[in-house]
Amino acid sequence: MRRSVELRNHGRELHHFKQRIAVSVGFVILLFFLLFARFFYLQISQRDHYHTLAEANRISISPVVPSRGLILDRHGEVLAHNYSAYTLEIIPSKVANLEATINELASVVEVSGRDRKRFKKLLGESRQFESLPIRTRLSDIEVARFAANRYRFSGVEIKARLFRQYPKGEGASHVVGYISRINTQDLKELESGGNFANYRGSDYIGKIGIEQSYEKELHGITGSEEVETDAAGRAVRVMSRNPPISGNNLKLSLDARLQEIAEQAFGERRGALVAIDPTSGDVLAFVSKPGFDPNLFVDGIDSESWDLLNNSIDKPLNNRALRGLYPPGSTFKPFMALAGLELKRRTPQYAISDAGFFSLPGSGHRYRDWKEGGHGRVDLHKSLVISCDTYYYGLANDLGIDKIFSFISQFGLGKLTGIDIDGEVSGLLPSQEWKSKRHKQKWYAGDTISVGIGQGYNLTTPLQLAFATAILASNGAAFRPHLVKQVTSSKTGEVRDIVTEPLYTLSLNPDNVAHVHKALVDVTRPGGTAARAGAGAPYSFAGKTGTSQVIGMKQGEKYVESKVNERHRDHALFIAYAPAEKARIALAVLVENGGHGGSSAAPIARLVIDYFLLGKSPAGAARETGDDGEGVHD
Amino acid sequence: MTSSARLWYYLTRYVDNFLLVGLLLLMLVGLLVLYSATDANLSRVSNQLINMLVALAIMWLVANIPLQHIMRLAVPLYMIGLMLLIGVALFGEIQNGARRWLNIGVTRIQPSELMKLAVPLMMAWYFDKHEVTLRLRDYAVATLLLILPLLLILRQPDLGTTLLIASSGFYVLFLAGLSWRIIVGLLIVSLGSLPVLWMMLHDYQRRRIMTLFDPTQDPLGAGYHTIQSTIAIGSGGLIGKGWQQGTQTHLDFLPEKSTDFIFAVFSEEFGLMGNTALLILYLVVIGRGMMITANASTQFTRLVAGSITLTFFTYIFVNIGMVVGILPVVGVPLPLISYGGTSMVTMLLGFGILMSIETHPKLVKT
Repeated sequence: MRRSVELRNHGRELHHFKQRIAVSVGFVILLFFLLFARFFYLQISQRDHYHTLAEANRISISPVVPSRGLILDRHGEVLAHNYSAYTLEIIPSKVANLEATINELASVVEVSGRDRKRFKKLLGESRQFESLPIRTRLSDIEVARFAANRYRFSGVEIKARLFRQYPKGEGASHVVGYISRINTQDLKELESGGNFANYRGSDYIGKIGIEQSYEKELHGITGSEEVETDAAGRAVRVMSRNPPISGNNLKLSLDARLQEIAEQAFGERRGALVAIDPTSGDVLAFVSKPGFDPNLFVDGIDSESWDLLNNSIDKPLNNRALRGLYPPGSTFKPFMALAGLELKRRTPQYAISDAGFFSLPGSGHRYRDWKEGGHGRVDLHKSLVISCDTYYYGLANDLGIDKIFSFISQFGLGKLTGIDIDGEVSGLLPSQEWKSKRHKQKWYAGDTISVGIGQGYNLTTPLQLAFATAILASNGAAFRPHLVKQVTSSKTGEVRDIVTEPLYTLSLNPDNVAHVHKALVDVTRPGGTAARAGAGAPYSFAGKTGTSQVIGMKQGEKYVESKVNERHRDHALFIAYAPAEKARIALAVLVENGGHGGSSAAPIARLVIDYFLLGKSPAGAARETGDDGEGVHD
Repeated sequence: MTSSARLWYYLTRYVDNFLLVGLLLLMLVGLLVLYSATDANLSRVSNQLINMLVALAIMWLVANIPLQHIMRLAVPLYMIGLMLLIGVALFGEIQNGARRWLNIGVTRIQPSELMKLAVPLMMAWYFDKHEVTLRLRDYAVATLLLILPLLLILRQPDLGTTLLIASSGFYVLFLAGLSWRIIVGLLIVSLGSLPVLWMMLHDYQRRRIMTLFDPTQDPLGAGYHTIQSTIAIGSGGLIGKGWQQGTQTHLDFLPEKSTDFIFAVFSEEFGLMGNTALLILYLVVIGRGMMITANASTQFTRLVAGSITLTFFTYIFVNIGMVVGILPVVGVPLPLISYGGTSMVTMLLGFGILMSIETHPKLVKT
C-alpha cells in the first residue's frame, strides 16, 4: 500500500518536466541576451576606444626588460656585466621596402656588410612584428644624425638597450658562458616551462655555462608600461609603469686571479685544470684551454667567426674540464693503493719484487711496466713515488673488479659530480655489470689488470679527477663542487649562501690515508716522478703524475715520444693538493698531448698552488719545461 | 524504390534534417573563420575539414543506434570512465603541469573527455530506473554519481572540463525535477563555500579569476589574452573589419586565435551583426534540441537530450563569455568552430544521440 502512495502521477510529472524545459529556454535566452549586451557595450558604446587601441596600436602595453644579474668572482671582480647603448632597430612589418630603407639608412649611419648579413639572419628567425637591430652600439654622433633625419624613416627607431659584456674575454669563458638571442628552440622551452610571459620583450637568454644554468636567477622579472604611440608606432609618452625587478647577482667561488694564472700557465697548450677547496667544494679555478671570446656570441655571431671556432682542430668550444673524457692513467693509483689498504689486501710493509712485467697465472701474456727491467723491491710507498705499474697489476688482480668498482666509485669517478653548470658527462668506471650491458660480453681477468693503472675502459673528466682528489685530500669528506657561492637578491638585498654541507663522508682508516698522503708528498720530492716541479716548495705538496695513452701500443712495441705525431702523443695528467696535512686546495691538471705528467702538468699545478697558498705570482707567463730525463719518468 | 532512392532513404532515415542543416551552417562558419585565423593556412583548414567529416560519420553512426542500446551502455561507459580517471590520478602523464592523459600503450587518452557524455548518461539511466519512486535519496545518489568523477578531474587539475561536466550533471538533476527549494539552498551553500573552494584552487587558477576582475593587473601574463581579445571585439564595431581584414588577428596580437579565442577573430571581422547572426544560429540549434527534449518519450531520453542540449549551450556561453571578458579564461572551445578534433567528435556524438532520440520510433512506457 505504501508503494502506491509513492507512485507519481505520470501526467503531472510530464507537465512538471515541460515547465523545467521552459525555464531552461528562458535561462538560455537570458544569458544570450547578456552576451549580446556585452557585444553592444564593446562594439557600439566603446567601439571608438577599442578602435583606437587596435588601429594604430595607440596605447600599447610594452614590456620593460629587467637588467640582468651580474656575475662576480669570489673577491667581487666582475666577470659579466651590462652596459647601456643605443641600437638602431627596424620593425619589418612597418617598412614597405626593407632593402631601400636599409640603403637609405646607410647614408645616415654606417651600416657594414656584416650588419646587413646579421640582420638578414635575424629576419629569418623572427616574427614580422619584432623590432630587430640593424646597428648596435651607435655613437652619440650617429644618434644625433639619425634623430635629425628621423622623419624620413617610418618603422625605424633608436632604442636604448642593455648589452651584456664579458670583460675577461676568453678568461673563464667556459665557466661564465654567454647569452645570445632567443631562438625558436628556446621559445618552445620557455612556453612549456610557463615562463613565456616573463620573457616578453627579452631578446637574450643564457646559452651555456653559468649564464645558462642560473638563467632563472640572472634574468629578473619583466616589468611593463602602457605607452601612447603616434601613428608610426613611436612612443609619445608613458602612461603608467610597473617597474621590472633586476636579476640576482651571483658571486662565484672562482678566484679570477687564480684562474688567470692557471690559464696563462697553459700557454698555447690545450688542456684543462680544475681546482677545488676540499673543505667546502668551492671551485677555485676551472680552466679549459683553448677558450673563446663569449662577447662574440652576444649580438649573434657572424658566420665567419663561427666557422673559425667550430671547425678549429683545437675545439675551443669544447669544455674539456666538464666534458673531456680521458683515461686517468697513473693518477688512479693513489685510490687503488687506498683500496688495497682499506680492504686489507695490502699492508704498507708488503713488497713485491718487480721484474718489469706482470703475468696472470697460467698465461704467457706480459703486462709491462713503463720501466724495462722493473724497479726491484717495491712496497706501497715506493709504488706511488716512482709510479710502479707492476705493483698495481698485481693489486688489481687481488682486489678483483667488483671491489675496485665499489671502492673507487665512492670517490665520484664514473659518476656526475653534480656541478652547477649543464652538460657534464659521467665518464666511466668499468664494472662487470657495465660490460655485460654495454658490450654484451663477460668480464675477463685481463680487463681488471689494465683498470688497475687507470687505463683499460677507465674514462674520467678533469672535474671528476679534481673532485676525487679533493675527497682524498679531506680524508673522505665529499662536498659537491660548485661554481656559485652566493646569490644576492636584487629585490630584497638578501644574500643566500650555497650550502656547503658535505654530500657524504667516507669512513677511512686515518693511518691508511696518512700512508697515501706521505707517499704522495714524496712524489714531489727528490726521487719522485714530479721532483722537479716540487723542488723548493715551502709547504707539503702532495701530487701524483699520470699519463694517458692516445694511441695503443702493440705487445712488445716501444713508445718513443719523438717518433709520434704531436696529436698522438700521450696526455699528461697531474693531481695535487696542499698542504697535505690540512689541504686548502686540491686540483687536477690535464695537458693534451703533453707527454709526461711530471714534466708538463705538474709545473702548472705548482704555479697555481704557489699563488693560492703564498700569494706568489709567477715571474713570466707560461713556463715550458723540457724532458725531465732519467729517473723521473712516469 | 530505385536503388539510389533506397540509399538516400537509409542515409537519411535517422537523421534530423533541421538539426543537420544548423550544424553544417555552423561548421561552414567555422571553416571560414579558421581560414582567416590561420592566415590562409590551407593545411590547417583541410585538417579541420577531415575532423568534421570524421565527426559527422560518427554522428551518423550514433544516430542509427536505437536508444535502448545506448541506454545499456550507460553503466559500463561510466564505470570504465571512472576507472580510467583513477588510472590517470595514479599513473597519468603530466603535461603543462596538469595530469590529464593516460598512456595505454598504443596511444594516449584523456578520460575526462569520455566523462562529458558518460556522466549525464549514467545519471539519466539512474533516474530512469527509479522513475516510479523518485525520492530525495535518489537525487542524493545521482549527485554522488556526479561528484565522484568531478573531484578526480578537478584534481588533475582541469577547471574547464570540471565546469562542463558539473553543469551537464546539474542539468540532469534540474530536469529530473530537483525541487526549487534545494536548488536555491544549494546556490546559497555554494556561494558560502566559495572561500573554501578558493583555497583549493591552484595558483594559476586563482590568477585567472583575479585577472578577470582586473585584466590590467597582469597585462603580460594572464590578462594579456583578455585585453587583446576585447580590443579585437570592440574594434570590430557594428559590421566588422571584413573577412581576413582583422588587424588584431593578422598582426598577431591575438593569442590562441584558432582554438579557444577564435570567437575574437570572428567578432573582429564580422562585428555586432555577425555576432548576432551567430548567436541566432546557435539559438536555433539549441531550440531544436529543446524541442527534441520536450518530445522525448522516456525519462532517460528526456534527461539525456536536455542535458546534451544545455551543455552545448554552456560551451558557447563559457567560451564567448571568456573571450568578451565576463568569465575567467578556462580552456573551453567554441563548439563546431574552434580548431580541434576531440571537441568536434564529442559535440557531434552528442547530436547523434539527439537525432537517435528524435528519429527512432518512440516507445511509450506502459
